[in-house]
Amino acid sequence: MENLIALLIAAPLLGAAVLLCGGRRLDRVGHWLGTLLAAASFVIGVVLFGDMLGKSGEGRSLHQHLFSWIPVEGFQADVAFQLDQLSMTFVLLITGVGTLIHIYSIGYMEHDERRRRFFGYLNLFLAAMLLLVLADNYLLLYMGWEGVGLASYLLIGFWQHKPSAATAAKKAFLVNRVGDMGLSIAIMLMFTTFGTFAFGPVLSSTGDATEGKLTAIGLMLLLAACGKSAQVPLQSWLGDAMEGPTPVSALIHAATMVTAGVYLITRSGAIFNAAPDAQLVVVVVGAVTLLFGAIVGCAKDDIKKALAGSTMSQIGYMILAAGLGPIGYVFAIMHLVTHGFFKAGLFLGAGSVMHGMNDEVDMRKYGGLRKYMPVTFVTFGLGYLAIIGFPGLSGFFSKDKIIEAAFAKGGTEGWILGAVTLLGAAITAFYMTRVMLLTFFGEKRWQPDDNGHEPHPHESPKSMTIPMVILAFGSVFAGGFFSIGDRFLHWLEPVTGHSHGNPPVSATTVTTATVVVLVIGVAIAWFMYGRKPVPVAAPRGSLLTRAARRDLLQDDFNHVVLVRGGEHLTRSLVYVDHTLVDGVVNGTAASFGGLSGRLRKLQNGYARTYAVSMFGGTAVLIAATLLMRAV
Amino acid sequence: MSATVVHSLWTTTAADGITKIPAPNIEYAQLSPVLIVLGAAVLGILAEAFVPRRGRYHTQLFLSVVALAAGFAAVVGLAAGGYGTTKKHIAAMGAIAVDGPALFLQGTILLASIVAVFTFAERKLDPEAHGNRVDSFVAQAAAVPGSDTEKAAVKAGFTTTEVFPLALFAVAGMLVFPAANDLLTLFIALEVFSLPLYLLCALARRKRLMSQEAAVKYFLLGAFSSAFLLFGIALLYGYAGSVSYAQIAEVVNGTVQNVDPALAETMGNDALLLIGGAMVLMGLLFKVGAVPFHMWTPDVYQGAPTPVTGFMAAATKVAAFGALLRLLYVVLPGLRWDWRPVMWGVVIVTMLGGAIVAITQTDIKRLLAYSSIAHAGFILAGVIAGTSDGISSVLFYLAAYSFVTIGAFAVVTLVRDAGGEATHLSKWAGLGRRSPLVAAVFAVFLLAFAGIPLTSGFSGKFAVFKAAADGGAGVLVVIGVIASAIAAFFYIRVIVLMFFSEPKPEGPTVAVPSALTTTAIAVGIAVTLVLGVAPQYFLDLAGQAGGFVR
Repeated sequence: MENLIALLIAAPLLGAAVLLCGGRRLDRVGHWLGTLLAAASFVIGVVLFGDMLGKSGEGRSLHQHLFSWIPVEGFQADVAFQLDQLSMTFVLLITGVGTLIHIYSIGYMEHDERRRRFFGYLNLFLAAMLLLVLADNYLLLYMGWEGVGLASYLLIGFWQHKPSAATAAKKAFLVNRVGDMGLSIAIMLMFTTFGTFAFGPVLSSTGDATEGKLTAIGLMLLLAACGKSAQVPLQSWLGDAMEGPTPVSALIHAATMVTAGVYLITRSGAIFNAAPDAQLVVVVVGAVTLLFGAIVGCAKDDIKKALAGSTMSQIGYMILAAGLGPIGYVFAIMHLVTHGFFKAGLFLGAGSVMHGMNDEVDMRKYGGLRKYMPVTFVTFGLGYLAIIGFPGLSGFFSKDKIIEAAFAKGGTEGWILGAVTLLGAAITAFYMTRVMLLTFFGEKRWQPDDNGHEPHPHESPKSMTIPMVILAFGSVFAGGFFSIGDRFLHWLEPVTGHSHGNPPVSATTVTTATVVVLVIGVAIAWFMYGRKPVPVAAPRGSLLTRAARRDLLQDDFNHVVLVRGGEHLTRSLVYVDHTLVDGVVNGTAASFGGLSGRLRKLQNGYARTYAVSMFGGTAVLIAATLLMRAV
Repeated sequence: MSATVVHSLWTTTAADGITKIPAPNIEYAQLSPVLIVLGAAVLGILAEAFVPRRGRYHTQLFLSVVALAAGFAAVVGLAAGGYGTTKKHIAAMGAIAVDGPALFLQGTILLASIVAVFTFAERKLDPEAHGNRVDSFVAQAAAVPGSDTEKAAVKAGFTTTEVFPLALFAVAGMLVFPAANDLLTLFIALEVFSLPLYLLCALARRKRLMSQEAAVKYFLLGAFSSAFLLFGIALLYGYAGSVSYAQIAEVVNGTVQNVDPALAETMGNDALLLIGGAMVLMGLLFKVGAVPFHMWTPDVYQGAPTPVTGFMAAATKVAAFGALLRLLYVVLPGLRWDWRPVMWGVVIVTMLGGAIVAITQTDIKRLLAYSSIAHAGFILAGVIAGTSDGISSVLFYLAAYSFVTIGAFAVVTLVRDAGGEATHLSKWAGLGRRSPLVAAVFAVFLLAFAGIPLTSGFSGKFAVFKAAADGGAGVLVVIGVIASAIAAFFYIRVIVLMFFSEPKPEGPTVAVPSALTTTAIAVGIAVTLVLGVAPQYFLDLAGQAGGFVR
């Protein structure tokens, strides 16, 4: 069985190689080939899953050693895979959602002449992401981590003819580099601390290391997670990443890659459990991002950017949960999976809307689309209900558990975190209702574009709606399926561990509170956007709204502090290089040149001078020899 | 033949009658490289006397090449026969050593000389004078420059084919020089190769006054240094009572057995040893061109006919370093703590002096002369390592360096204008645009001089610096690297000049050489690249040759 693990990665990797190297002759079959290999990977995943279910809880972890990667004395890096319940969860999510999005892309990218290349990149992403979650050591994980970064860069900038897309890709890449540095430093620290970076030895010997070192490793891992998962302070790239094609936003920037940070923290749970300070920082980052993303999501008129803010906020929930330690790991992953369903569904819905609206993204120019796109409306609506936590749907179960866990943290911290998560839930309800109302309800607000083409909204083809329907099923039922009988908890507990904590308030109270804030959020949104017509031009808005429209000034902050600072640093270094370094170099050269010119005069052409030089030289030679003997 | 016998010869003439001097035992086979070359030189002189003028050039060229090749074959034969390693010994009644370093250096000298003779024989570079092809040498050496006699000689189509036997005599001296195992043989070998060189320097066909001036300077200063050397030999004899290397070494080490009572009084006087040793050292340092005994080098290199310069720069250096190695490793190892600090000083000023003064040179031949001084410094760094690695690294460096040098000077002979060779650097501007191949070849030689990897210069420099560092001379290596950096500047500057400057309208032309010079340059390039890319075989060879016979 374990020999199948490598095939999981090999299938999409083969697809990427064939599609990217195959050239134009594959243009007509490329998308089918890419989809087929993604599906093959999913089938292998399901087979492995079935095998795993047949085993007992503890013996479910599979291990495959492929080859020695860097065998050096005292430094062993292997290409080896580990498939346990945590990895399995991700494999199914990645290949399952990935396959659906491949199918969706067949329709979505139909008119793009570079569709083959697009599927090649998608396959490359799948392979890298699977490598990330299947690696049995941090170095191999790092390889996958960089691989998804590359795929993300290529796909964000897929429409490279648009300068905004090219810039967004570059921005995502650069911001991610900061996080990647964190991961590489963490791996180096692990190597110096534990002498290895394989999961097993590192995570089982955290007791041997000082808390200071573990905190350092933890913080570096968190930095990595912040970069990949768009958490404050490395969140700025995610909004711009929406420049990529919508399937990419759905797969990479909503369902899978951006959750890699949550995976990393959960996988490294043993390190964080032993480093409470690092854990506290994780929780703070999660809480801040949760609110940050939600506030940004409230102000955006671009449907994809509103959803991107929401993604950031939802991942904030997961990071917060993961930072709570054993109380939260399981729920972090559970929310990750349910979020994978409903957020992918929402993005695909948004893509479907754009598809019918001539790629218009401004929600103020939508309105009343429910009549034109019934399937999209229903699936999007179910996703909407799931994300706001409507009782009985997926998001309700997973988010409710996180809010409970936040209260269960205990003490003042618990109260603060609980309040933040509740507030976040309210804001989520508000901005998602806003998206829903602006897009599907009210009067139609679209107008002819500059060329006089009026959009003719229509339902999307089957290849696009079927994946949306399937994801809608997941959005509705996954949460209940996981939670009833604590199925998901029992499934994941052998890997992540679990503790219940001491909730200061009962679960029923928390659930009630959640529902109450949900209703409040929805009500406010209806009051603002549903009760009266929405203006096509955005009103000026309050100070907070204006700031939120600019992503809470994140880019301005980065520009002033980092870019300007960097420019000043560069300029001063250039100045030092020109004056000091070049000065020393040129000065040395000039002094040697001058010396040369003066010494040259000794060579005056007279044999007598030369003879004197020889005579003097010999005298010195003799004198020095005698002197050496004397001393 | 011991000193006692000589002594009694003088004091007891009447009593014993005439004691027979025993016939010396000469191992002719082991001396065959020298004998072949010397014999050919004598034949060459006879050819000058008896072969008609028309046939002399070809006769001499044939004779020289065959003799040198045969000499090389003899060296290879001796080496194959184990004379370099297991059967090494001292031949000719203690006068000449047959061992690894001697054979390696003799082989190098012979090969380099063959290539040099090719450049001597080049007759296609200058336009024909009065229907006669001319080479680099004067029509009639005795004719006063610019006189009617000279014009008549040129018109008659005279050529100085004596250069070939002269070169052969010089080569024979050079072959003996690194093998000399007593001080008198050393001196004689020195004179045997120096005197022909003085003459050769004076024989340039163009710029004759400059050539003669160079020869006179070389002769005067050479005689001056020979005087020091000879005086040093006398002092060493006074110290040890012998001129034999082995015996001097014994006295230095205090292991001497039979002391002649007549010599006992002065024997072991360290002042004699130190002063004499320093003077002999000076004589050899003069030949290798070490600072401050280097001042003849630029003038002579510039004035001498360029093929002769190439020959001198390569072969003389090999021979002189060989002799220096033997002196320091066989005679004076017991004095290491006395000579090392002094040599350190010489090495430092030589490396830095050569490199620094070269920066401001404007004549390509003078530039190469200063470059050769700097290289002498680098080689000396290996010499004073005092280990067998030091010996083998020096041997390797010499082999690598001599071919680069001959090749580089051969290229210099190609770049010409109306006045002969265009040696001023300003005329080389833009050469790469007009003659990319020649410029590229010269660039390779310059890179090798600079010690850029994948050329023999790098392998050689790495070997000597490594040996020096292992021998405890890390400071020297640091200074050597600094000097290399300085030197790289002027080598690269020439490359920049050739490739990145605009050619001048009335710039020089590149003459198309005959197969002779082409071969010389091709061999130079080949050796440079082979020793740079795959030096291991030759490093091993030099490593096997690293042991002196004592």
